[in-house]
Amino acid sequence: MLRFLGTRLARALLTLVLVVTFAFVVLRLSGDPALLIMSADAPPEAIAAFRRAWGLDDPLWVQYLRYFGAILHGDLGQSMRDGRGAIELVAERVPATLALTLPALLIKIGLGIPAGVYAALHRNSWIDRGVMFLAVAGFTVPSFVLGLLLVLLFAVQLGWLPSGGQESWRHAVLPVITLGMGGAAVLARFTRSAMLEVLGQPYMRTALAKGVPWHVAVRRHALPNAAIPTVTIVGFMVGSLLAGAVVVESVFSWPGVGRLLVVAVSNRDLAVVQCILLLVAATMVTANLVVDLLYGVLDPRLRISAGRT
Amino acid sequence: MAGAALVEIRDLAVAFDRTPALRGVSLSIGKGESLGLVGESGCGKSVTWLAALGLLPGKARVTGSVRLAGQEILHAPPATLDRVRGGRVAMIFQDPASSLNPVHRIGRQVTEALQLHRGLSGAAAREEARRLLDQVGMPDARRRLDAYPHELSGGQNQRVMIAIALAGQPELLVADEPTTALDVTIQAQILTLLAEIRRDTGMALVLISHDLGVIAETCERVCVMYAGRIVEETRTERLFAAPSHPYAQGLMAALPPIHGPRRPLAAIPGSVPEPWAMPPGCAFAPRCPRHVAACDAAPPPLVAVTPGHCAACIRPGAVSARAPLSPELLPA
Ligand SMILES: Nc1ncnc2c1ncn2[C@@H]1O[C@H](COP(=O)(O)OP(=O)(O)OP(=O)(O)O)[C@@H](O)[C@H]1O
Ligand SMILES: [Mg+2]
Repeated sequence: MLRFLGTRLARALLTLVLVVTFAFVVLRLSGDPALLIMSADAPPEAIAAFRRAWGLDDPLWVQYLRYFGAILHGDLGQSMRDGRGAIELVAERVPATLALTLPALLIKIGLGIPAGVYAALHRNSWIDRGVMFLAVAGFTVPSFVLGLLLVLLFAVQLGWLPSGGQESWRHAVLPVITLGMGGAAVLARFTRSAMLEVLGQPYMRTALAKGVPWHVAVRRHALPNAAIPTVTIVGFMVGSLLAGAVVVESVFSWPGVGRLLVVAVSNRDLAVVQCILLLVAATMVTANLVVDLLYGVLDPRLRISAGRT
Repeated sequence: MAGAALVEIRDLAVAFDRTPALRGVSLSIGKGESLGLVGESGCGKSVTWLAALGLLPGKARVTGSVRLAGQEILHAPPATLDRVRGGRVAMIFQDPASSLNPVHRIGRQVTEALQLHRGLSGAAAREEARRLLDQVGMPDARRRLDAYPHELSGGQNQRVMIAIALAGQPELLVADEPTTALDVTIQAQILTLLAEIRRDTGMALVLISHDLGVIAETCERVCVMYAGRIVEETRTERLFAAPSHPYAQGLMAALPPIHGPRRPLAAIPGSVPEPWAMPPGCAFAPRCPRHVAACDAAPPPLVAVTPGHCAACIRPGAVSARAPLSPELLPA
C-alpha cells in the first residue's frame, strides 16, 4: 500500500514538473513580454531596463533554473503588470471561481447520476429517451451558447436574473446553471452506459436467480459496480473545479481564476499564467490521486492483495 | 413420475423482437429426477429455463405455461418469483467467473441467499455458508469466505455457485453447461459433485449440455432439442441404444466411439435454419436423410414411438446408429 502511494505520488510530482516546464517554454517562445507590456514605441533603453529588471536577458535555461528554484521556495514571482505577488493575485480569485464550480459540481452529481441510473433502469422508455435527448443536447451545445441562451431568456426577456457581474448570489445563478447542466449531461450519459453495461452482466442474472428482488439487486449488485467507471468522470470534474469555468466566467463577466487567466495570457503576464497553470495542474493531479485510491476501495480486483495466494 | 411432476412446462414459446427462439417446448421433470437437455448451440436450451424462471430481459415475449408442483409460475408476481428462484428452483450458469459479483466477498454472496430463503443472518449465516462451501468441496472453506471471486479458480468459483444454489435447499437445480468453461479434470469433479449432492439431498437436476457424454454420465432421462423444439425424449440408455429422430441419430453417429477402432466422425451435413427463416414443416427437413414431401406440411408433433420414448418425426427410424451404451457411461 505504501509503495502504491509512493509511486502514485512520484508520478503526480513528475506531472507537475512537466506542466511547469512546458508552460515556461511555450510562454517564453510565444512572444517577448517586454514588448507586450511596454508599448511598442517605448524608448529602447526603457525596454532594455525592463528586460534586465525581470531577468529576461539571461539564457532561457538560467531563467528556468531560477524560476524553478524560486517555486521550490514557494515563490511564484510577481505579476509584470502591477508587481503584486502572483500567488496573492490568483488566490484572491479562487473563492469566486469555487462559488460557481462547487454548486455546479453538486448539480452535476445530484442530477446527472440519478438521471443516468433512472434512464438505464427504464431503458427505451420515453423517460429514457427524454433524458438522453437532453443529455446529448447538453453535451453538444457549447457552454457559451448555453450561457448566452440563458442570458437572453432569463436576463433580457424575462428580466428575472442579472446577466453578468458578481454583486449578489442572484448573479451566480445563471453561470452555475450553465456549468452544471453541461456537466450533468455528460455524467448522465456516462452513468447510463455504465449501468447498462453492468445490468447485462452474468452476475446480475445470478443475483436474480438466487431470489434477490430486482430493486435490491440494482442497489446491492449493480450500483457498486457501475460506480467504478463513474468515479473517473466525477474525479475529472473535481479536478477541473478551478479551470473548468474559463468560458463561463468570461460570458458572465465573473471575476474568477478563469478570467484572470484569459487576461494574463493576453498580457503575457508570465508569472500569473504559470501560477494558474500550476494550481490547475495540482488540483487535477490531486483529484487523480484520490480517484486512484477510490478505485482500490471500490474494486477489490485492483486492491493490492494482502498476502493471499 | 406421471401426475407427480415437480416442474411441468407446456407449450413454452419465446420470441426476441418477433424472432422466435423457442417454438413450443413441453417437458416435465419429477421429484428427484435427473434430466438432460442436449442440442447444439442456439437451439434454446438456456432460454427454456431462463424463460421458465422469468430471467429473460423484458424484450423477450414469453407464452405458454410453467407449473411448479401444480402452481403456475410463468408471469407470476415478482414476490412469488423471488421466493421460487433460489428457494425451490436454483440455477447455475456456464461461466462461473463472471457469474459471481466481483465486488462482493464469496461469503457475502452465499449468506445473501441464506438470508433470503432461510432467514439466517450474522454468525449463523456465516457458519452455514462455511458448511456449504465444505459440502461443495471447497478447500480451506473458512478462509475462502473472505475471498473475492477473482482470487479463486474457475472450478472453485463454480463450487461457490453450487453452494449458493444449495443455500435455499431447492427441489430442483438447473445447471446450464456448468462445466463448459472448465478444464477436463475439473469438469469431472464438478459432475461428480452434482451427482453426489443429488444422491444426498434428493433434489432433482436438469443438466444442460451440448455434450452427450456428460449427459450420459449424469442423467436418467434426456431431451434432445433442435431449433427451439424438443425432437426426442426418452431414457438415456434408450437414446444411446435406439435413437429415433434422424437428428438424434446424427448426434449419436457424431460421438467418438469409446471402444473399438477409431473411425472418422460423421458430421451432420448442412446447418440449422436461421430463426427468422424456419421451414413451414419440420425444421430438420432440409438436412434430413429420410426427408419426404409430407415432412414440409407442418412441424411434426412429439409422439410416442414406444412407451416412454417420444420423437417428433413422421418417419421415426429404428436404425441403430451405434452399439448399445457401454455400462460405465450409464448413471449409477
Ligand atoms: N437476450 C437475448 N436476446 C436475443 N436473442 C436471444 C437472447 N438470448 C437468447 N437468444 C437467442 O435465442 C436462441 C436460443 O438461445 P439459447 O441461449 O437458449 O441457446 P442454447 O441452446 O443455450 O445455446 P448454447 O449451447 O450456445 O448455450 C438463440 O438463437 C439466441 O440467439
Ligand atoms: Mg446456453
